[in-house]
Amino acid sequence: MKILVATKRVVDYNVRIRIKPDHSGIDLTNLKMSMNPFDEIALEQAVRLKEADVASEVIAVSLGTSECQEVLRSALARGACRAVLVETAVELQPLAVAKLLKVIVEREKPQLVILGKQAIDDDSNQTGQMLAALLNWPQGTFVSELKWLKNQVEVTREVDDGLEILNIDLPAVLTVDLRLNEPRHISLPNIMKAKQKTIETIQAEELGVDINPRLMSLETTPPLPRIGGVRVETVKELVAKLKELQVLPV
Amino acid sequence: MKALIIAEHDGQHLKSSTRSVLTAAAELCNDLVVLVAGHDCEKVALEASRFGGVKKVLLAQAPFYQRISAEDLSELVLKIVEDFQYVLTPATTFGKNFLPRVAARLDVAQVSDVVKIISPRTFVRPIYAGNAYQTVELNERIYVLTIRTTAFKAAILGEQSAEIEAMAPLEPIKTVKFIRHEQSVAKRPDLTQARVVVAGGRGLQSKENFQLIEQLADKLGAAIGASRAAVDAGFISNDYQVGQTGKIVAPELYIAIGISGAIQHLAGMKDSKVIVAINKDGNAPIFQVADYGLVGDLFKIIPEFCKELEQPT
Repeated sequence: MKILVATKRVVDYNVRIRIKPDHSGIDLTNLKMSMNPFDEIALEQAVRLKEADVASEVIAVSLGTSECQEVLRSALARGACRAVLVETAVELQPLAVAKLLKVIVEREKPQLVILGKQAIDDDSNQTGQMLAALLNWPQGTFVSELKWLKNQVEVTREVDDGLEILNIDLPAVLTVDLRLNEPRHISLPNIMKAKQKTIETIQAEELGVDINPRLMSLETTPPLPRIGGVRVETVKELVAKLKELQVLPV
Repeated sequence: MKALIIAEHDGQHLKSSTRSVLTAAAELCNDLVVLVAGHDCEKVALEASRFGGVKKVLLAQAPFYQRISAEDLSELVLKIVEDFQYVLTPATTFGKNFLPRVAARLDVAQVSDVVKIISPRTFVRPIYAGNAYQTVELNERIYVLTIRTTAFKAAILGEQSAEIEAMAPLEPIKTVKFIRHEQSVAKRPDLTQARVVVAGGRGLQSKENFQLIEQLADKLGAAIGASRAAVDAGFISNDYQVGQTGKIVAPELYIAIGISGAIQHLAGMKDSKVIVAINKDGNAPIFQVADYGLVGDLFKIIPEFCKELEQPT
């Protein structure tokens, strides 16, 4: 059984973003970029299924500029068997990514596609669900536990009112949440080995799908700064202030 | 212009998330249709029919619509959606789960987490976990939106009562089977819906000490939150994590104790109405976003806080 994992190159999760002074977008110059943390978890799960002999092959895919090769290189170092870059200079939005991934899925025929539940840059939380719909496959989103049953997976989903357990027939799309696993650190020998592996590059424009952005960004602004910063000296004073504001439950 | 609102409910009542969506939808048009899908949920439909602007409630009932799957719900929506210019649902795990399926099948973009409606086709949404806000414009035949519920006031029940129309259920999709639902320990309010959140960080120093947070939360009827540092140190499990990769909350009152205020944490709570920070380090970044800061030893302050709350006003 093949597993396909989609990985996005995003601003590293420890980096503070800067908004361009003219509010035309985020200034990405010289920022450290990494694999989307949720996608790291997706990849880790796929690699574990391979190590458990459930999966025969783990294929990492990334979509975007040639710089996404770094992300695929780290995916290979983390245990992906091979990597595919769908290259384009077009700014890819979730619907376009889902359409491109659909073509790759039809070509590679995996039984399972695993993605992060969202990317930490645009926070859309759409791509996995859209891909599942386009493929007419079932989906398991926000997965925090995964059990392998033959031709099925049992997933535990983190939902706002607790946990939901579903059995999903394969082929299926899964999107993963933080609690699923803790991704391994990349070891130096594996980094070296990953350098030997090749990354296949496909031009997105050759895949025959409409990838033009639908959302036009008019303005990117910082959040309103919070006003405040009153220091109180005692608990008594604090509680008095909170009572004044009527935010304490009666 | 007509808007379809897909209701999130618990079988008895509309969730407050749906009421926020009703408010957002009313900013777009005044012909609102609410779809209630579930099992034995006439009561919910009746409630939905009473909100201002609601012209009709569609009620689709079937035993397998209880905790309806994304697959079944999206098919139901697709069956009727072509009559509408807007489709809205809350940006909760309920809405996030199924709505992108609808958008993809319609071949239209979805705008996630709308916090402001600028014009009929211009919306504001947070990106980078709320560290920036993006104004986006699009031109689609149907606008598919999830609504950040903390950004819109919950609609208030009106006097009217709109028509309720039964909608026949569709064939169940059998590739997904619901097994069971496990409720979070419901002793405390849900972190994302609570009015008050008490959150602890690395300053608590141990799992045992984290119980101090629980004691204060109990006194306030509050939900518990934690910083990533506290989760990573094993003080509490990570479904309590507030922040960029955890939960995003905006309660009336957020009390951050022993939390230094890393940017990832601030991203998850800085839209709270009132923020209180308690930390021994007066230079901690948390104080920059706090409305009220108290510098001191949390091991002394929390018991004192609990005691103070017992005092009659």
